[in-house]
Amino acid sequence: MPGGKERELRRRINSIGSTKKITRAMELIAATRVVKAMQRANAARPYARLITGVIEDLAAGGAEADHPLLRQRAQVRNVGFIVITGDRGLAGAYNSSVIRAAERQLMGHVSEGKGYSLCCVGRKSAGYFRFRNYRIADAAAGFSDNPSYDDARRIAETVSGWFLSEAVDQVELIYTEFVSMGTQRVVVRRFLPLVDTEMMAQQGSGTDRGSSFEFEPSPQAVLEALLPRYTEARLYGALLDAAASEHASRQRAMKAATDNAEELITKLSRAMNQARQDAITTEIMEIVGGAEALGGDSRGEAESQPDALSAGVQAPVAAAAGSHPV
Amino acid sequence: MPDMAVELAVELVSPEEVSYSGAAEMVIVRTAEEGDIAFQAGHVPFLGVLATWSVDVLRAGGERDSFAVHRGFVEVSHNKVTILSDVSEAAGEIDVSRAEKARDRAGGALKADPDDAAALEALERAELRLRVAASASA
Repeated sequence: MPGGKERELRRRINSIGSTKKITRAMELIAATRVVKAMQRANAARPYARLITGVIEDLAAGGAEADHPLLRQRAQVRNVGFIVITGDRGLAGAYNSSVIRAAERQLMGHVSEGKGYSLCCVGRKSAGYFRFRNYRIADAAAGFSDNPSYDDARRIAETVSGWFLSEAVDQVELIYTEFVSMGTQRVVVRRFLPLVDTEMMAQQGSGTDRGSSFEFEPSPQAVLEALLPRYTEARLYGALLDAAASEHASRQRAMKAATDNAEELITKLSRAMNQARQDAITTEIMEIVGGAEALGGDSRGEAESQPDALSAGVQAPVAAAAGSHPV
Repeated sequence: MPDMAVELAVELVSPEEVSYSGAAEMVIVRTAEEGDIAFQAGHVPFLGVLATWSVDVLRAGGERDSFAVHRGFVEVSHNKVTILSDVSEAAGEIDVSRAEKARDRAGGALKADPDDAAALEALERAELRLRVAASASA
């Protein structure tokens, strides 16, 4: 029935319209959050830069690069993974691309006969790996869109604990780096042992740039207190990058969804208008057809009953008008 | 004073933000093992671990800003004092009633278990906050 098709289309247009309202709202929310997340990432940069500078000064001042967190293990038997995803979906490929990269890394190490310890940050990664029966050693969630330094400290302490107790010999950090509003990329970084600082320390020992530094209590003690802070700052930076990336991905995904909904509405509106026009045309055809058929009959009857002619023509029109669905 | 022109550039930096930045005549901190130390312009490069204690920034004209600093480091070089810390709170920002509650809670926990390291740290932090807040209002 033609009227039924029109009603069906109208219902779909309404439903897509309300979806569009939701995606539009999510897009706008993500747009404001991504700005805030970027500001937070920028505000955190001085600390990361300064703490790296302090480590360089320490290295130059003669602190030996012989801290447990710096030591490379000769044989890597177990590898730790920190996988940073979001808590919620509807962010395009954001979560799945991190998870895919993490799983590839993990499978690569497992196929070489190594063990793994998995630290899932964000509900999405925990859900994925749990569903596939991976062993999750630690999970943290509930702060992916607005991480605090305390969150970073908790995770860094846990994972450093694994490394120091030799449960793992190496830790990889997998997250999404925020390059710009338009570009975010999934990266795999060595988290422990701290290769960068070891390199810095080796370079530093050759120069005498910081040899005039006074240390209290001693270069070694300062380094010892500093390195955990350094790992925390790095993880915090990664969390902030991931949060900004999540919001940027969500904004893009929701913009695409909104545009899509608009396009669908246009298409369906056209189909609906056409259906309505078809229905009207069919009805007119029915009326005209009916009138003609009756007119032919009455013409035939007119010879025997000429006074019934005018009533016979009016009655079918009235009946057709009554059957009109609108 | 002869050294009026030479001032220290002071920055207090926490992981979240640069919480204070300004010029000062003298900065007084307490290091983890050795005790109080004051920096003035021209100090030799210095790098130290800070105790959970206050950092006092004395500005020209006798004004003084106090901060409660937890888990921090101080780096001094080229007349620039940088304090890196997990938390640094200006005296005016401290929530006294919250610190008092934290102190009482930590004190209670310590009575139950005198070896509770977390409670001991919490107590230290709360007492520092209260002391810094009191010194500012005095």
